[in-house]
Amino acid sequence: MATDITFEQVNYWYQSGTPFAVQALKDINLAIQPGSFTAVIGQTGSGKSTLIQHLNALLKPTSGQVKVGEQIIDHETKNKHLKPLRKKVGIVFQFPENQLFEETVIKDIAFGPQNFGMDEAQATKLAGQIAGLVGLDASLLNRSPFDLSGGQMRRVAIAGVLALEPEVLVLDEPTAGLDPRGRLDVMNLVTKLQRQQHLTIVLITHQMDDVANYADQVLVMANGELAKQGTPREIFSDSDWLTSHQLGLPSATKFAVKLEQVGFSFDPMPLTEDELADQLAPQLSKGGSDHG
Amino acid sequence: MDKFMFGRFIPGNSWVHRMDPRAKLVLCFLYIAVVFFANDFWTYLVMTLLLLVSVFATKIPLGVFIRGLMPLFWLMIFTVLIQVFFGVGGHVYWHWGWLVLSQNGINSAGLILMRFVLIILISTILTFATQPLEIADGIESLLSPLRKLHFPVATLALMLSLALRFVPTLMDEAEKIMNAQRSRGVDFGEGGLRQRIKTIVPILIPLFVNAFNRAIDISTAMEARGYQDGENRTKYRQLKWQRIDTISFAVYAVCLGGVIALRYLS
Repeated sequence: MATDITFEQVNYWYQSGTPFAVQALKDINLAIQPGSFTAVIGQTGSGKSTLIQHLNALLKPTSGQVKVGEQIIDHETKNKHLKPLRKKVGIVFQFPENQLFEETVIKDIAFGPQNFGMDEAQATKLAGQIAGLVGLDASLLNRSPFDLSGGQMRRVAIAGVLALEPEVLVLDEPTAGLDPRGRLDVMNLVTKLQRQQHLTIVLITHQMDDVANYADQVLVMANGELAKQGTPREIFSDSDWLTSHQLGLPSATKFAVKLEQVGFSFDPMPLTEDELADQLAPQLSKGGSDHG
Repeated sequence: MDKFMFGRFIPGNSWVHRMDPRAKLVLCFLYIAVVFFANDFWTYLVMTLLLLVSVFATKIPLGVFIRGLMPLFWLMIFTVLIQVFFGVGGHVYWHWGWLVLSQNGINSAGLILMRFVLIILISTILTFATQPLEIADGIESLLSPLRKLHFPVATLALMLSLALRFVPTLMDEAEKIMNAQRSRGVDFGEGGLRQRIKTIVPILIPLFVNAFNRAIDISTAMEARGYQDGENRTKYRQLKWQRIDTISFAVYAVCLGGVIALRYLS
């Protein structure tokens, strides 16, 4: 069963009806295909986190509607009917290690499935499998989550969301504050899940390299509006526009732009190291023979 | 929590916003004390006019103040009903069993309601128009005579300003943790009492653990910046008594003095 997500004319006001009212989302229209990898980028405070909280109805649109699969969420949707949606869409929040609370790692991972009605034995078994999937050593499972290192706690928290077996996995800066190794591990895990379990991934990130390497679709948020929507190639083709929105280019593209200034030419602009290397190799050998 | 206005600060640059926090604190306390002296139409009229003048001096719309009263609406109704039906004495209009509707009952209910509203509104003026840290500074300054009694005023003030500073941070954090647990299938505010208490655990434990970690981080950062103890420190924010404070004091003194005079001279 495919879960496609569409936003129709979604507006969201924080604290609407008070002097503190702030409009965080303005007239958002977008579509996310099942099984796709969508990256959401934008400056801090541009509405990215507000946007993703609409995906499992933690926030409901002030006007307009969000459709997730068959479910329609609008201003009047009651909290009662949201539980199936919460199981379908799993959200890993920023610094998810702050949500751990159980006595042991395994109990914490099994907490989610039990809330959705799975019995304890089955949930524990599932938790063990998921722990393996995110690369947690079996010896850690009966330790307290508060004894673990920051990176391990992050994995436990991600496992806790994966244990819901969601169809859509939403991650809000999952690699923030991790070391380079931890970052790579988390990103590899995400892509592996997308490929093997056909999950729809929505990723908020400030790492343009991750966007270039993994995403099929990019949403650029600016001041609560959806400023641009397209493939990474479309988005990164206009570097002046990105700079004006305080966003950067992937490092491979940045390097290619510098190389163009000294006489190399690229078509299309490379987004990843591999693409850069592929285009650079023939030019280098040609250059070598010119001089030779 | 979105609509909860009571006790919040609304930025602005009005007469009341610019006043010295000490003046505002003292005037607020004096006003509350004098509310209990008011006992008839004229005294309440003076109190109400003084309050309305203060409300308009904040330049914050009256509707916002009214909304600040809303969370306490049921409490007010409850107290009024109790007063109305259990007050005895005076002319009896109606009675049914032990429920009596008497003149004294109605009078005292009106009195209580008036006091309730006035006290809440005057403290709302204080919190709407004064930054929490200014309130902390004001309290510290007002408590400073207690130093002579070896009361640790500086330590208390530090704790107060740290606590105030972290109220919004902790609220944000609680909200984030709640959202994260909601995403993991926790239903807050549903089911019976036992069920509800059980759903508090996944919020409270992370909140406490984070508060401990934060306390350790803050104390380390404070030590690294040369903090030793509360005494013998200079202050960055200096409180300054201005002319508007003196004028406000004069206005309040006249009105509040008038209320007391009306009560005892008539």
